[in-house]
This record gives sequence, C-alpha cells and structure tokens, in this order.
Amino acid sequence: MQFPGRRKKFLTNPQTELYGHPVQFYGEPPLENISLAEFEAFAVDRLKLLKTVENVGVSYLKGSNQYSDKLTAESKMLNFPYRPDADDKKALAGPSEYDKRRKDHISHFILRLAYCQTEDLRRWFIQQEVDLFRYRFNALFSEQKLELLHRNNLQYDTISVEEKMGLKDELINSSYTVSAITLEQQDFYKVPFQDALDLVRARKVYLQAGYVYIPHKDIVTIVLNDFRTRLSKSLALTARSLPAVHSDERLQPLLNHLSHAYVGQDYSIQKNVGKISLDQIDSLSGKSFPLCMRQLHQSLRENHHLRHGGRMQYGLFLKGIGLSLEQALQFWRSEFIRGKVNADKFDKAYAYSVRHMFGKEGKRTDYTPYSCMKVILSNPPSQGDHHGCPFRHSDPELLKQKLQFYKVSASGISQILELVKGMHFQLACQKYFELTHNIEDANFSLNHPNQYFIESQKALGGGGGGGGGGKEIKREVDAAQRSQENLATRGSAATQEAAADASKGVVEMTEDLDSYFQDA
Amino acid sequence: MSSQNYDSACLPDLLPLYYRRLFPFSQYYRWLNYGGVQKNYFQNREFSFTLKDDIYVRYQSFSTQTELEKEMQKMNPYKIDIGAIYSHRPSQHNTVKSGTFQALEKELVFDIDMTDYDDVRSCCSAADICCKCWTLMTIAIRILDRALRDDFGFQQLLWVYSGRRGVHCWVCDEGARKLSSAARSAVAEYLSLVKGGDETLKKVVLTDPIHPFIRESLVLVERYFSRYALQEQDILGRKESLDKVLSLIPEDARKELQQYFQNEKKPETRWKLVKDQAVRKQGTSKKGQHFEKEIMLQYCYPRLDVNVSKGVNHLLKSPFSVHPKTGRISVPMDLKELETFDPFAVPTISQICEELDRAKSGEEDGKSEDAKEKENEKDAAERRRIRDYKRTSLAKYVKYFDQFLDGMARSWKGELLKKSDLQKDF
Repeated sequence: MQFPGRRKKFLTNPQTELYGHPVQFYGEPPLENISLAEFEAFAVDRLKLLKTVENVGVSYLKGSNQYSDKLTAESKMLNFPYRPDADDKKALAGPSEYDKRRKDHISHFILRLAYCQTEDLRRWFIQQEVDLFRYRFNALFSEQKLELLHRNNLQYDTISVEEKMGLKDELINSSYTVSAITLEQQDFYKVPFQDALDLVRARKVYLQAGYVYIPHKDIVTIVLNDFRTRLSKSLALTARSLPAVHSDERLQPLLNHLSHAYVGQDYSIQKNVGKISLDQIDSLSGKSFPLCMRQLHQSLRENHHLRHGGRMQYGLFLKGIGLSLEQALQFWRSEFIRGKVNADKFDKAYAYSVRHMFGKEGKRTDYTPYSCMKVILSNPPSQGDHHGCPFRHSDPELLKQKLQFYKVSASGISQILELVKGMHFQLACQKYFELTHNIEDANFSLNHPNQYFIESQKALGGGGGGGGGGKEIKREVDAAQRSQENLATRGSAATQEAAADASKGVVEMTEDLDSYFQDA
Repeated sequence: MSSQNYDSACLPDLLPLYYRRLFPFSQYYRWLNYGGVQKNYFQNREFSFTLKDDIYVRYQSFSTQTELEKEMQKMNPYKIDIGAIYSHRPSQHNTVKSGTFQALEKELVFDIDMTDYDDVRSCCSAADICCKCWTLMTIAIRILDRALRDDFGFQQLLWVYSGRRGVHCWVCDEGARKLSSAARSAVAEYLSLVKGGDETLKKVVLTDPIHPFIRESLVLVERYFSRYALQEQDILGRKESLDKVLSLIPEDARKELQQYFQNEKKPETRWKLVKDQAVRKQGTSKKGQHFEKEIMLQYCYPRLDVNVSKGVNHLLKSPFSVHPKTGRISVPMDLKELETFDPFAVPTISQICEELDRAKSGEEDGKSEDAKEKENEKDAAERRRIRDYKRTSLAKYVKYFDQFLDGMARSWKGELLKKSDLQKDF
C-alpha cells in the first residue's frame, strides 16, 4: 500500500521498532502489501470497534469500570491490542501481540481513507479514535506512558520545588487529583494554555499568566490534545490524496460503503417533500415529535419567536420530516408575524436564514437535521433558549412537571428520571416514546429526532412519515452509487462485469454491516 | 446630561457630519494596522456596514486610511462591524479559489448583554437599563478583566460601551489574535459559571474543591453584593424574588430560613442568616453546601455568549460606531473611572454635533494652509478634525483610546526591531 507523496521510513529492525509500543500515534502509514481480503476484514473490524466505542461512550461514564470492561471485551473479540503486556520492554511477546498491533495500525489507516471525505465523517472518526486512544493510554503503566511521551516529542518544563510549594494552595484547590501528599510526590509541568484546552475549558487545572500547571498524572489530557490535532491534520492531508485512491476500482466501493454505513441515516435526503401539510403540525407535535421538538414547537406557538439555536434545531427537523422550502417559509412567517416581527422584518432578517437551511443561500450547504448526539453535546441552551435535549438540559424538577403535563404516568416518569440521572439521555427519550405510544419495547436504538418521528409514524400505522426510512434510503443510495460506478468504468464489458461482481461481493458484505448496526 | 433629544430620523443628517469631522480615523487606523508589523494586516481586514434602510454589506476592505475615510464618508453607515483578518482582501473574496479564502486572525472578543440577566434583575427587562442594574456590567468588567490579565496573561484589553445595553471587550494581544476557534471557546468556557436556559432553576453549581478562579471572582462579587443585590435589587425583600432565592437553597436549610424570615425582615440580616446556614452545611455534608456562593454568582456573575467569542470570523460592533436606536457612540471605557461610569452620560451623536456647531465661532480655520498638494490637504483636514473632536464630549474617550494605543505601540516597536534584525542576519 503506497501512498503518493509520503516519506518512506527506513527501519533497521522493522518488526520490533514499528510495533514496540502497544499504543501509537499513527504517525507513519504502513508500508507493506496486504491482500484485498485482509484489507476488507481489518477495516470492518475496526469500524465495529469504533461503533462500540461510540455506544459505550453514551451508555456509560467514560473511564468507569463498565466502560473499560466493555471495550476490553470488544477489543479482545476483534483481535485488537487490549492490555499492555507486563514485559513490554523485552522483545515482543510473539507474533500474536505483534499481529494485533499490526492490525490496529493498518485498519486505522484504511479507515482514514473512508472517513476523511466530509466534515461530519472526520468529526465522528476523530471523536471515536480519541476516545479509544484515551482508554488505551489510561491502561498503560507509568513508565510506558513516559516512554510514549518521549517517543513523540512532548517535552514540557517542570517547575522548581520552591515555585511548587509557593503555589501549594492554588494547585490543591484547582484539581481533584491533587492533595497535599500527591503534590509533594510528583512533578508539575508548566504548559502554555493553548496546549491544554480541555483542562482549561473544564477548569480542572491552575492557570496563571497564560500557563497551566499540570501534575504528571494528568498529562494524559495534553497527550490527547496532541493526538487529536495530529489526526485532524492528517485527515486533511489524506483527503487530498483521495483521487489517486479512488481510481483503484477495488477500493472505491468498499470505502464508500464504509462511510455510508455510518452516514446512511442522516435524513438529509428528503423522501416525503410535501406529504405533510402545515395544519397537521400541531397534532403531529403531540403524537410523533420527540420531546425536544415538541418543546420547541410549543415555545414557538406561545412566544411567536424562537432564538437562533431553536430555529436551527427545529427548522432542520421540519425539513427532515418533509416540509418544503415554501412551506417552511410560510410556517415561520405566519408564526413570527403574530409576535413582534412584522412581515417586512421577517422577509429581511429571518427568511434568509430559512433559505440558508435549505441550501439556497451562501455556500449552499444543504444542512442535515441534527442527530441526538449533536443536540446533546453541542451548543447548550442559555437564558431565553428552548433548544437542546430536555433530558439533558432541563432541570429534573421542570422535566418532571413537563412530563406530568403531557400525561405520562407517574411510574413512567420515575423510570425516565432514573435514566436521566444515569446520563442515558437517548434511552430516556426512548422510554418516553414507549410510554406515549403505549408499547413495551421500542425495537430501535434512538439516535436521531427524525428517526423518532419516522418510527412513531410507523407505530401509529401512518403513511405520512415515510415508513422504513433508514434502510430504504440506504438502498436508494446504494443503487445510485452502483450505477454511477458502472458509468465511470471505462473499457471493455469484461471490466464492467468484473466491477459488477466486485460490487455484488461488497454489497453482500455491507448488508451484514447494515444488520449489525441496526440491531438495538 | 440628557441625550439632547436624539431622534434616529436625524441620522441621515448627523452621520455625514460625524464621519467628516469627528470620527477618529487616524487613531482607528493606528489600532487596526498594529504598527505595520504584519504585512497587509489592515488591507485584509473585513468590515461590514449597515446602511440606511437596513441594507447590510459584508466583505468591505480598504487599502489605506484615506480609502477607509472616503468610503465611510460616501456610504455614511448606520452601523460598523469589524470582522477578521483574512488570507486575501475581503473585497476580492469572490475572485479567490473556493476553500482558500479563510479567516486567519482576529482579536479575542467578549460581549456582555444585559438581556441575558433578565431572570435576575427586577428593575428592568429586555433592552432597558438603569443605573441600578448597570452595576452588573461593572462587576462583569472587573471579573473578566482580572481573569484575562492574571489567569491568561493578556495585557492589551479594550473595554467598549456598546451604546445601549452592554459592553464589549477586545483582547488585542498578538497571542490572542492568533488563537484558534477551539482555544477561544475554551477561554470562554473557563470564564463561564452561569449555565442553563429558561428551564433551569439553579444555574450555578459548585463542588469542592473551589477553583482559585472562582474564589477570586467571588471576592469581586462580594464587594458589590450588599449594595447591589440586597439593597438596590432587594432580592431578599420582595416576596417574589425572595421565593426565587429560596428555591436555590437545599430543602433543610430553606425550611429553617423560612421560619427565621417570618420575624426577620431586614435584607442584610436575612443574608447573614443564609450565610450562617451555609457554613453549617459546609461543616457536615458534601453536597449542595456552597449555596450562598451559588446565589451570589447566579445573581451577579457575568453571563457571556460563548458563540460571540468562539468564531474567528465573528463580526462585532466597532468602537466609535453609533448605536442607531439610542444615538450613543460606542466609546472605549477607562477602567480607572469604572465606578463612576454612567451609560446615560455617554455622548450621543446629536449631542456632539451640536457641541461642534456651538464651537464654530472664533475658530482659525487655517485657511492660509489650503495648499494645492494632496499631502497638505490631508494634514489640514486632520488637524481640523483633531481640533473638532476636542471641542466635544468625545474628547476624553479619544484621549483614552490614544493612551491604550501608546501602550500597544511599545510592543509593536519591539516586534519591528526584531524583524529588521532578522533581515540583516544571514
């Protein structure tokens, strides 16, 4: 596997040098040849691992025992490195550990090819790889951690003992992990704040004159930052060498299916434009909207206004359920006019942003409706906002009142609140679905508000929402994909047949992928 | 001093006078050019103008101070926003290959808006402000200024009154201008303590250990809390606000306090009782024991909009811009006079235009200096302008701005020397 333009590294003893440490920064790409079968198998396995990383990250607290145990089990099952070997300093403990690290190395680089193509894919890939790296790094012994740092040129200065004692109180009060005893026992590093943004953001560290003071134990966050930055830059570089890779007909179908397996259900393809009429929205909001959208709709009706965050979250959701641009404009306009905005002002100030959402302005990006992850994790609401995820962002008391108002049973409410307490927001919403639709088991794994809507319509036996959403959309994309590939293949009919065969094989494999991901 | 009967309908007449005779162009250019240390810094800066009838134009850029002046005098913008320094001249962004036109640098900025405090002020709401709630801005400035200097090490901070209901902070240090979007949002989050929307009752939650930053901020809040919250806002007096405060206190302490408050009506004493309860709880339990600090912070701590600070390309109202609704000039604030700053005494455009008219008599216009050369003309116009603003209430604000620029200039000088030294090296 040669990538154009990359330096070749000349190693004296390739085997032990390259995989001499269980954790790596993936700085150098693999230089060997592998079979197509191994290529596919490695990629699919890593994708499964990353999907587990994502799920486990939502269901459990990162770093907790359940979290680590689940990841360890998954890594073991998929033959990835999962525990530092006790005698790592000696020669590698035999081919099996070596094989795991090699698989880890190669599969990472393959997935880079698939996930470098768009902003969303990159963001997802980086997030899971960072989480995986964090889990592995934390499992290392201290000497191994130090070794990893030095191998990767992270040298920061330590502060003198006098300076440390002078800052004793501040250092102890800045961090959970620092007590009077641990303060004396370990070194503190002085790091420019730009290199420790996660610690600064969460205020978990002492900051003075632009420098953070980090105990040796916490250096992991720095390392993660570094890892994330390097990966981000590499993905940008990889995107540039994609055309060369895509010209290889053996690889292109697999890479596309790998990235679609995640993105296939982004609800950006409007399947049912115009099937919903504006006067249905009020009743739909009570029956089939997830709580976040129901809340936004109610606020909109009550205040005749929504702030930017709410307009985006709700507006894109409405686009996803099938509102056309004209309908959307009419919807927002008629509501805003009832408030403080006159028709003129609406046309000047707000119409632009509605059209922007539909990809008709500016750089013409057709924005995709927000997934649950996005709603939960980004842009938290502040004073005057009504967006966000009610299970995540509302006070439990207020949430309880709201659910009571919406006639959810008392036992149902306490089940939901339990889930919220355990930070299982999407599961709480799923429970809300089950209670409001009067069914035992939702039979789907909720990760998108539009998915909630489609499932609700399905459960209510409706035709308006477009049943079978996800899978059908994916098949449509597949078919379009294949016809495009066939067109692109120049040359004889023989080549076309070969391509079609390859696609078929890949489609079979990816159907397995599909069913894997759609299990709850 | 009243606003001299400012009427926004007069803007079309006042703005030309303002831009021709009063707007401090040379100081403005001196600021945004940053000593000429980096090439094309001024030329690649985006400005946006809001013109008459709400026409909004972006991606304005200028090659020289003169060009900036001419354009502004021609367009007479109602509002001026400053954006980022881009990779190319913003006015030519359409000619640049898509994807390569990027925002590179900008000052780190903060926007504190009084409407974000509506749930904790009883005197006003929405766009209104009064001298009672203005204290919130004073507290915000004190806390943020300290943190940006002491914690983050920034030195070149410019605080500006927005013209109506808030203040802006421009952090102009070189390091600040070069910060990535992720870094900016990290700084803003470090500075954020009040979290939650309408649906959240308790917006500040503190756990042990209390970070030094929070301690320092509390020290500053305490200086103002008694007068501002207990007396002026009367948060423990009126039943409605008392209930809100009590809802932030854990149940056991709350019940006790409700009992005491039946007999004790004085706000100062009531607050002392609250603090006593908190101290007691801190001695025993590990949860919810810092409620007295949480109350102080929820009512007084600065609320900033992270989104304003986050984006490198975010456009923010320019200093010396006019606020179309109030007519007030967005003036820089001298923190040495922060305690006596009165937003209602900030000059309006109609006020300073009138002051200019009044001072017309007895001026030596330097007509003898009307030379044909362009150079002389420019100097004469500038000298005239300097005499002009000095005759108005704008003078002291421009003077303060000059001092701010002098402070920055010292660092530019160092940079320029460094650069010229490097060039001589082989």
